[in-house]
Amino acid sequence: MTQHRAALRLRLASSSSRHSSSTRPVTLFLPSSSSSSSPSSPLHLSAKRIIDYVLLGITGKDFVLMAASKAAMRGPTILKAEDDKTRQLNKHNLMIYSGEAGDTVQFAEYINANISLYSMRNDSELRPEAVANFVRSELARSLRSRNAYSVNLLLGGVDPISEKPHLYWMDYLASLAPVPYAAHGYAQYYCLSTLDKHHHPDITLEQGLKLLTMCTDELKRRLPIDYKGVLVKVVTKDGVKVLDFDNDRIVKSA
Amino acid sequence: MSRRYDSRTTIFSPEGRLYQVEYALEAISHAGTALGILAKDGIVLAAEKKVTSKLLEQDTSAEKLYTLNDNMICAVAGMTADANILINYARQNAQRYLLTYNEEIPCEQLVRRLCDLKQGYTQHGGLRPFGVSFIYAGYDPLREFQLYQSNPSGNYGGWKATSVGANNASAQSLLKQDYKEDCDLKEACAMAVKVLSKTMDSTKLSSEKIEFATVGRTPEGKVYHHLWNADEINALLKEHGLAKVDDEPEAGDIK
Repeated sequence: MTQHRAALRLRLASSSSRHSSSTRPVTLFLPSSSSSSSPSSPLHLSAKRIIDYVLLGITGKDFVLMAASKAAMRGPTILKAEDDKTRQLNKHNLMIYSGEAGDTVQFAEYINANISLYSMRNDSELRPEAVANFVRSELARSLRSRNAYSVNLLLGGVDPISEKPHLYWMDYLASLAPVPYAAHGYAQYYCLSTLDKHHHPDITLEQGLKLLTMCTDELKRRLPIDYKGVLVKVVTKDGVKVLDFDNDRIVKSA
Repeated sequence: MSRRYDSRTTIFSPEGRLYQVEYALEAISHAGTALGILAKDGIVLAAEKKVTSKLLEQDTSAEKLYTLNDNMICAVAGMTADANILINYARQNAQRYLLTYNEEIPCEQLVRRLCDLKQGYTQHGGLRPFGVSFIYAGYDPLREFQLYQSNPSGNYGGWKATSVGANNASAQSLLKQDYKEDCDLKEACAMAVKVLSKTMDSTKLSSEKIEFATVGRTPEGKVYHHLWNADEINALLKEHGLAKVDDEPEAGDIK
């Protein structure tokens, strides 16, 4: 018993000293002079910004095309080449996510479970706009807590009533925007210009896949990281489907 | 005999009944009638306002018809004080849903949340059930126009036409007789005043004795609900020949 106490005290002492020696505050806005990157964001979040992944979303006439890179990385190391960064929330809604390892899956599962619970309780499915606002409210709530999730995500869905496609872009600061096409991670720098030039709201799935290929080609051409190809899924009024996508195409560098 | 079982809500009688709930239903059957009719392009709710005294200020507040949110209204029969608690609860819940999902709460969900609260009061000891029945009228994109009714036990159901309160049995049978599938809102309003005039004590109606509300959609597809003012009610009554002539003495009026 006494031994236990002693051990406990020792552990408490060591942990508290570790805490006091740590200079990183939990959630603080710092004056812009002392913060190196994005001055307006809390330090613990800006410190964790990771962007070595690819998330893409493209809406068309009656579908949303979503693509997520298959590499799970830690620093420069690839830990896994068949990582699935997608989560089907209900029949017509798909979420793709990336960010701090651990946070991503934890948050995605939490959202997934709650959307499933809603479907079960109410015998009806949340529409894409409701899903997006629910995810935003949960992420915004978490952001104001001591340990926020740092997750970037794209939400794609088809409204079962109007059968119109919807795509939402959301970042780890819980800002939400409905968009016709979207990108997260390195794809933002390399693909948005391509999408801007070639996207049209009435494109067919075939044209959408062609546009996606243009994006991945550009990534292969410019991005010096092997993101291990993308996993491609499509949301239509009939649900979510995995699509075959040729990730082995050879693209010569410019 | 029944004294042993009726003073607490939590206990079943040997016949398997909950007396407190039945007494609450009994209390409601003395309240003014309220009815609702579902039409293909909207819903009408109508309620009888019991005029207790000539001195009572009439137009300060709605007594029996309340707005729950932007696409739902309800009619109340029973204890108004109890109803206020439940309506406040419903409004809060509707706004909380709107905050989380940025869309209006589906009608049945709001009805169910209220009924879950009502059910709680039939089971947890030391509390009395709410002495109110509601008729809810609302619209949501999935099920479109809907009419629900709930009672103190926490049960609810969807209806095409229904009534609660005094004489609800005769009102119900009149509705059953007159109801036409896919009638429009105008026909439903006519049916509502006709049924009310037959179930109320006096045959001649006036805007002081009834409340009227409709839910519908504008040509642009926007949902509206409208609590009718005195002039609109009088015009409707006049159209159907049910309006009270001004200087005709009422039965029971002191001259």
